Amino acid sequence: MLAQIHVTFKEGILDPQGKTVHHALNDLGYDEVLDVNIGKYLEIKLDSASEEEAEIRVREMCERLLANTVIESFRFTLVPTE
Amino acid sequence: MKCGIVVFPGSNCDHDCYHILKHILNQETHWLWHKEEANLESFDLVVLPGGFSYGDYLRPGAIARFSPIMNSIVRFAKGGGKVLGICNGFQILLESDLLPGTLIQNQSRKFICKNVSVRIENPDTPFTRQCGEKRVLEIPIAHHQGSYYIDPFSLNQLEENEQILFRYCDTEGNVSAESNPNGSVGSVAGVTNEQKNVMGLMPHPERCADPALAGMDGQIIFKSLISNS
Repeated sequence: MLAQIHVTFKEGILDPQGKTVHHALNDLGYDEVLDVNIGKYLEIKLDSASEEEAEIRVREMCERLLANTVIESFRFTLVPTE
Repeated sequence: MKCGIVVFPGSNCDHDCYHILKHILNQETHWLWHKEEANLESFDLVVLPGGFSYGDYLRPGAIARFSPIMNSIVRFAKGGGKVLGICNGFQILLESDLLPGTLIQNQSRKFICKNVSVRIENPDTPFTRQCGEKRVLEIPIAHHQGSYYIDPFSLNQLEENEQILFRYCDTEGNVSAESNPNGSVGSVAGVTNEQKNVMGLMPHPERCADPALAGMDGQIIFKSLISNS
């Protein structure tokens, strides 16, 4: 199984990197860009017995290590692999 | 006073801290290796130095907090032991939940390395007791992820509990947006836990505590700690 995890800043947290890219896109003429939020994407290969178990364990991984829940939120999807 | 300096892979201010405590202030000082738990019962102070532990991968301090030595330090702190986290050490204390809040990228997106003024907000702690009448210290900062963040409700709580120890200010001690180098909420430069035995700060007091160098204000923090023990 493969966990595809996104970690992003929570609403209202200043993201200087996102802001810079936002300005760069506007400068290139993409005036429709209203906001940019830059986060992390992680792929984790798992050897889990079931999807339920993977769900519990990946959530725990996110809360303990992969995201700082003071400023970041996370979401993930589990994809079956060979 | 018996002091321990933690060495993580990527610590780079550990020798500066060791030098100040051992050679300048003549305290018994030991290295603490990150991979081993340690019996800290006989220690008075543990310092988590600055640097880039584990390459700052994932987030500064995120991986270091799971080092075996951190189990010993959490126990030491819960038992009332004095813990000082400087720069990356501060980041590790926040990730360990020994201190509240977190540090994010500087508002300017730049690495900032310069002398700044910080105002002592609470002179009655083990970290500031020796400040006398002095309320403004000149201490260098050197960081990229040093913008302190905590939600407004918790910031209020920190103020009520007098846990904010240092704020960025001008040379006169005035706190303003101009004197805030990195965009920290409330211009916060250093905080303590509720019990006031754990403190983290972004400025580097160990870089201005040797008479051979310009500036000695950093000594106030180390001397305060020594006077308690």
